[in-house]
Amino acid sequence: MAFTETFTDGNALAGPLREIFALEMTSADGRCVTCGRTGPVADLRVYGHENGPGLVARCPGCEEIVLRLVVTPERVWLDLRGLVSLAVIR
Amino acid sequence: MGIVTPGFTGRRRSDVNLPPGQYLTEDFPVLSAGPTPRIPLDTWEFVIVTETGEKHTWSWAQLMAMPSEDVTVDIHCVTKWSKLGTRWRGVPVSAFFDEVETAADFAMAVSYGGYTTNVPLDDLLDGQAWVAYKFDDDDLAPEHGGPARLVVPHLYFWKSAKWVRGLRMMLEDEPGFWETAGYHDYGDPWREQRYQGD
Ligand SMILES: [Zn+2]
Repeated sequence: MAFTETFTDGNALAGPLREIFALEMTSADGRCVTCGRTGPVADLRVYGHENGPGLVARCPGCEEIVLRLVVTPERVWLDLRGLVSLAVIR
Repeated sequence: MGIVTPGFTGRRRSDVNLPPGQYLTEDFPVLSAGPTPRIPLDTWEFVIVTETGEKHTWSWAQLMAMPSEDVTVDIHCVTKWSKLGTRWRGVPVSAFFDEVETAADFAMAVSYGGYTTNVPLDDLLDGQAWVAYKFDDDDLAPEHGGPARLVVPHLYFWKSAKWVRGLRMMLEDEPGFWETAGYHDYGDPWREQRYQGD
């Protein structure tokens, strides 16, 4: 059996990603990689919001890291390591 | 009244030599990336894993039996505060390597709670780094990394891993927790190596 794999490069994501990152995120439902808990981003426990090197958001169910956000002078670093999926309301 | 003694205005800030972009603080801000781990001393251990997988383990009692040093050092946080003349007691990291054979040039410091940070081995030896367990003559408080933390004062303070559990020796450098999220792999405050690319 032969599969024909066709793909394009990541530029195909430009429009959809721009649309997503412009949307309200705290109401989006995320599913935790570690424990499977699903809930809105607003329910995450965020550390480092006062004076830390970056924001670390943890799952309220298992305390594992769901996402990290670091803002440097030239870049925004986003680590979504703990998300199976994020359901953003359009 | 009206007499101003020389000490009244305190030390002039301009005569303090700070790394670029840093300001002086008298506080000891607590930075956290998660809940503070509480590690009972009877289960605490410090483990060095070499590049061949060989494990060397020290218990709390063994740590206490090792010759300690009292050091007074300046510390510099990447969030721009510096604190001068902090006093620590700890075991120099080089003492652990008296018993460890390694050809690795890099170490990943690993902490209780999952934190990691990468440091070249050369920066941990020769009186440059300690596994510290006292601060200002008191047991190191959990929020400051107790029962024991790494203190590597010549690098930005995120390299001084709180709640340190051990070192994983690496033949190649790998980025740790903050280093994978935009922070510099080495972190020399005097060269202002805050972020990747600095
Ligand atoms: Zn979870």
